[in-house]
Amino acid sequence: MAKDVAVIGVGQTYFVRGYEGSIRELAFEAFKEAMQDAGITQKDVAASIFCSAPEYDKQRSPAGVLAEYLGLIPQPTFYIETVCSSSSSGVKVAYSMIKAGLHDVVVVLGFQKMSEITSAESQERMGRGADIQWEAPFGTMMPAYYALYAQAYMAKNGLTHDDLMNVRVKSGTYGQTNERAVYRKGVKPADFDPNNPDARMAGAVAWPLRVGDACANADGASCVILANAEKAKAFSKKPVWILGIGAASEAVNMAARPDFSKGLSVGYGAAAEAYKMAGITAKDVKVAEVHDCFTIAEIMAYEGLGFAPMGEGKQLIREKATYKEGKIPVNVDGGLLSKGHPIGATGGSQIRTIVLQLRDEAGPMQVPGSPEIGLVHNVGGVGLYGNVTIFGR
Amino acid sequence: MGFEKFGRRSFTAMTKTAKFVDLLSEGKVAGTVCKQCGAKFFPPRADCASCFSNDMDWFEMPGKGKLETFTIAYYAPFGFEKDCPYTMGVVDFGDMKLFARLASDIKPEDAKVGMDVSVKPLKYEDGQMSFEIIKA
Repeated sequence: MAKDVAVIGVGQTYFVRGYEGSIRELAFEAFKEAMQDAGITQKDVAASIFCSAPEYDKQRSPAGVLAEYLGLIPQPTFYIETVCSSSSSGVKVAYSMIKAGLHDVVVVLGFQKMSEITSAESQERMGRGADIQWEAPFGTMMPAYYALYAQAYMAKNGLTHDDLMNVRVKSGTYGQTNERAVYRKGVKPADFDPNNPDARMAGAVAWPLRVGDACANADGASCVILANAEKAKAFSKKPVWILGIGAASEAVNMAARPDFSKGLSVGYGAAAEAYKMAGITAKDVKVAEVHDCFTIAEIMAYEGLGFAPMGEGKQLIREKATYKEGKIPVNVDGGLLSKGHPIGATGGSQIRTIVLQLRDEAGPMQVPGSPEIGLVHNVGGVGLYGNVTIFGR
Repeated sequence: MGFEKFGRRSFTAMTKTAKFVDLLSEGKVAGTVCKQCGAKFFPPRADCASCFSNDMDWFEMPGKGKLETFTIAYYAPFGFEKDCPYTMGVVDFGDMKLFARLASDIKPEDAKVGMDVSVKPLKYEDGQMSFEIIKA
């Protein structure tokens, strides 16, 4: 378990419906918090990486623009994109640069201002994060793609709509305790009841997925500052070390996907690589953030990460094992479902949560027992890209 | 050229596999097969990633397969709103798979994972060419 690269600062904006400012101002908020957390100034930063999904705002090549606004010029800067896992990919690149000895301190900033376009336009943009030549012409969108997995998975593994609902109820429980979350209301079974005229979450979006099965769009930014061992020890009282990094990719077209009832292959691939590098197994993970863009995605992630055997993810939610007091707490910050999913900012926000957990600084979200090892699972597109990053004190 | 005619709405104007649309007009849903190494592709590819050949032939997709999974879209992305609701699914032919919409005469409640299905070309009223999953 090499301790060569550490997170020395984290920051995140409030995730909101309509941010009243431009992307550079949004980025500044997360950056300022991370820099103050790390206790460093811009002259200590050797390079910066900016991460988002393009086409939500009009700015092309945002890295240079944002680097200037944050005071990070003339240091090198560039842009990294893997849709919803962009900032995890950014962290992987930053880790590599630090490990290679190229730079000692690197800022990774993820951002997204989704509210500049309508929800239908957003679905069209996200749909074009899949196969535009052969699938988008049918009218595809993210909920429909994940629904394909949900349908096959439910048919084979006995997963029910109530199980999916209970994932959402859990995220609602923790969204209430996370002041940065976009959705801060609790979620009750009545919210999913089609016979209840006031049910907010019962409507079908892409069957079998309902409104409440989908994460909330949001505007937001996150910032993670990484450093080599020497700088981490000099700057930080509580560095959180990167112990393992895994990443994988999968065919974009659904026609080339293996068995849909077995979940996303990138989850398994990225997890295996990260566990091997960290020299740990799933049992060693004491707190996790997984990519719950849809309720079904959280269930599939339990299995991809080895928290449950294949087909048995439902047991974890039935037994409340992924609640804060359970054997493997998952998404106790509200997850993408309640905290919100500002695409490019999501990975960095997940990392922030785990870093705070491993510093015992997560406040009302803190998992008891001072967890030693935490994990971030961040997926881009419909399982097109998978990233798993393991952190330790 | 010609690929803007593919699907309800195409996002790609040019591809070396544009003959796919002509074959749809002839009543065929076709993939490509590499003449060098025999690798088969659906959706069609112009280049073989196994042997780097670009010498391809066309073959017709099998007649019968099983519906591996499907979804009913009650909400559509920008540009597809008028079609709602519509059903999309994946057909498993054994050695290959295909993604498409299900024919509108298959009622959502009649779609079942594992049901026998087939595939056929489809011409929309505006002249766009596509293909759809039908009952076998």
